Amino acid sequence: MLSVLAQAASSTPDITPGLTAIGRGIVYGGAAIGPGIGIGLVVGNAISSMSRQPESAGMVRTTMFLGIAFTEALALFGFVLAFIISG
Amino acid sequence: MNLAIDFPPISHAVEWPIIFGGDVLGVNKVVLLMWLSVIVVFAFFFVASRKQELIPAGVQNVAESTVDFIRNGIILQTMGEEGLFYTPFLLMMFSFIFVCNIWEVIPVAQMPVNARIALPMFMALLVYVMYHFVGIKGQGLGGYLKSSLVPPGVPKAILPLLVFIELITMLITKPLSLCVRLFANMFAGHLLLITFSIISATLFAIQWQIVILPFSAFLLIALTGFEVLVAFLQAFIFTILTAVYIGQSMHPEH
Repeated sequence: MLSVLAQAASSTPDITPGLTAIGRGIVYGGAAIGPGIGIGLVVGNAISSMSRQPESAGMVRTTMFLGIAFTEALALFGFVLAFIISG
Repeated sequence: MNLAIDFPPISHAVEWPIIFGGDVLGVNKVVLLMWLSVIVVFAFFFVASRKQELIPAGVQNVAESTVDFIRNGIILQTMGEEGLFYTPFLLMMFSFIFVCNIWEVIPVAQMPVNARIALPMFMALLVYVMYHFVGIKGQGLGGYLKSSLVPPGVPKAILPLLVFIELITMLITKPLSLCVRLFANMFAGHLLLITFSIISATLFAIQWQIVILPFSAFLLIALTGFEVLVAFLQAFIFTILTAVYIGQSMHPEH
């Protein structure tokens, strides 16, 4: 038992790849929280305004896509950053 | 029974060997697909406009509805009447990006050109130069800087902070997000399709009946349809953002 422990202590494995993977997960997971909420708000409000005024649906849809695009950019920065991180 | 699944590293998924040419200007599959997209877009509009008929049919019909979509769906909504000058530019941009993206789901090709950052970066730079040029030409250098940097009706105390933020937005965030949005969406879609293909193929190799088990095959089919939607949506968003940026440079916000 003691010899096994001593052996485990003496051979230090390389933990960098594991830490890199954890870091990537945290970066992308964290970056996805805000845009997730934001896109939900944008689309939800767009739907409620479209149902209140169906004649303005075309304009609302265009603006909705713009809002989604701006909000989504943050999540995509996180996505790209997660790949840029290297061990 | 070995259930281990080998996912290739990212570099295997998007890097292609050079077919011919040197180290720097080498031509690989992505470049060939880009050239092919140019030819496809050109041929499509050439064929559509060669024999114009009053009642459009076939290719002419599709081409006319594309032009109509760019005109009524994008330009008139964002830039107004004066923006109609940019119809050819935005039409070509939309068609080219869409054809480049749609290679993602076409068998044999199966590689979106925009999953490498070179093409989105170049197009974002083109738009970047263009909206500054339009702004300086239309309003003069001072007027352009004033209308884009100084938001009206802001208290003097926080004005420097806002000018700084607007400067960062104008110079860095706009082109960067334009480029990264297109690139990352296509890249993520490509990786998603690869992941589900590999899962399906592994299950199929173990025993062909269980390929339906965790719905990976169904999800692969559904995601292929979803990626067609994403390819269209990203081309649309890139074009509409270009229109919005050029429109903002043309007439200042009040």
